[in-house]
Amino acid sequence: MNKTLSEKILSRKVGKDVSAGEIIVTDVDYMFAHDASGPLTIDQLRTMGIQKPAYPDKTIIIIDHAVPSPNKTISNNQEKLRKWAIKTGSRFSEAGRGICHQVLAEDYASPGQIILGTDSHTVTAGALAAFGTGMGATDVAVAIGLGKTWLRVPETIMIKLDGDLPTGVYSKDAMLTFIGKLTMEGATYKALEFSGSAINNMRMDERLTLSNMAVEAGAKVGLISSDETTKKYLESRGRGEFFQKIMPDKKAEYTETLKFDASEIEPTIAFPDTVDNIKTVSEAAGTEIQEVFIGSCTNGRIEDLRIAADILKGKKVNPNTKLIVTPASRETLLLAVQDLTLQTLIESGATVTPPGCGVCFGALGGVPADGDRILTTSNRNFKGRTGNPLSGTYLASPATAAVTAIKGEIADPREML
Amino acid sequence: MNMEGKTWPFISTAWKFGDSISTDHISPGRYFHLRTNLPELTKHTLEDAREEYASNVKSGDFVVAGRNFGMGSSREHAAIMIKMSGAGAVVAKSFARIFYRNAINVGLPAIICNTDKIADKDQLSIDLELGKLKNETKGFELTFSPIPKEMMKILSEGGLVPYIKKYGDLKL
Repeated sequence: MNKTLSEKILSRKVGKDVSAGEIIVTDVDYMFAHDASGPLTIDQLRTMGIQKPAYPDKTIIIIDHAVPSPNKTISNNQEKLRKWAIKTGSRFSEAGRGICHQVLAEDYASPGQIILGTDSHTVTAGALAAFGTGMGATDVAVAIGLGKTWLRVPETIMIKLDGDLPTGVYSKDAMLTFIGKLTMEGATYKALEFSGSAINNMRMDERLTLSNMAVEAGAKVGLISSDETTKKYLESRGRGEFFQKIMPDKKAEYTETLKFDASEIEPTIAFPDTVDNIKTVSEAAGTEIQEVFIGSCTNGRIEDLRIAADILKGKKVNPNTKLIVTPASRETLLLAVQDLTLQTLIESGATVTPPGCGVCFGALGGVPADGDRILTTSNRNFKGRTGNPLSGTYLASPATAAVTAIKGEIADPREML
Repeated sequence: MNMEGKTWPFISTAWKFGDSISTDHISPGRYFHLRTNLPELTKHTLEDAREEYASNVKSGDFVVAGRNFGMGSSREHAAIMIKMSGAGAVVAKSFARIFYRNAINVGLPAIICNTDKIADKDQLSIDLELGKLKNETKGFELTFSPIPKEMMKILSEGGLVPYIKKYGDLKL
């Protein structure tokens, strides 16, 4: 056998051997739509004359993009989704529960599944060896209506990360380094697979950061083999029975293998306006930053908030900048309350907002002023991404974000650890 | 599949864009609240790439771009807005995966070919079936790979919604 992770998962799903390049029609394990694309998804279902999901228990409606709703138009759209979910018996994740990809990781995703969402960062589930991929509203509507979708089995690029990441360097820095090398279109139509000793040693939250940003290189999916870490994570979520071990075959064929030495990776920043516009933090140090955001489906988990809090403890956010913190889910928020992470962040001067997507995609809260630079732990920095095309967006790890908030300019987390 | 009042292939004007036009350029997140009001949303099409596009584009015009057009978000609104703005097709050196799929699904032809020698305002005609693009202004012709046959089935029905209405299933 010579299958990549993608080929393995998709072959099992369709019950026959499939390989890169083949077009398949496959069942879907979970399909979800959120409040940014959900109304269109439901409209498309209605236009197709489909009254209800093929599998309501596999269909999830998630309110996360505008939380809490800032105006009546968005409230009415969210209410439309809420009513549809109740009427059809679909699963429903209310505003405040969390960002869709975090909710999927916590409650749904497990190895071997196929997960479709109306959001490009559905690839996050790849950290659990689930074939998660983002599609548009109409494709997801068809999946909801029929319980299946069509896919082209992707070729795979292997990213191999061996060794140990130095202190102050995180999976976010590694992923930005990978994207800098791949470029933002280097994996278009392809799968990414992550392997190597550094990946094996990563916690689940660190892996979720890697998979989350696979799409920033254009990839369809960003997969990591399931292992003991996956098993323990699922057990901690009360879903241990869904564990299965999935790994690629030893002779799997990759279009390309990119090898990185973890010990050589440095704190890294993506400069405006593309994610592959990479500089090391030492090259970027001193750039004044007017706003720092710690949150998103990329780096808004409890471990991320703890890393930031450890750095900010007993210190103050620089008066020339602002710090906004958004936990990725209600559970993250609650954990951060219980272990006083939140208290530390608030004492340092952070503004904490409810779990959701707002600041990251420029639709709700934290919009920078003209000429401002915003440094965020999220995943995109295209022009206008954070709500103002006259501002610039910089991407970095939570540790870099925390020291930058203290200094008011891009700074190296290794100085404070 | 035809443009309103136009039969392929027709001659129309190119709107030239650069590389890496993201869905944030095409459909800025700050207009999120307009996503259930598509005619209003369409007034902001490609606003962060070329602000003058939405108010000046004519029915049948072609959006012509460089590499990796439509990168970023899965928001189908990006493809819908370009279609509703009146564009007859998007021509680019390459497309982001999700955008390409969305374009076909909403009945917007997405053509992959070398656009280096196409300038803003050039008059183009495109033959989807023969895979030929003619630059009438500069007097040259380019060939392009046809849209994959599975996707052409969807496009020729006008998109995925009419396709499913007709066949009731995915039969690619």
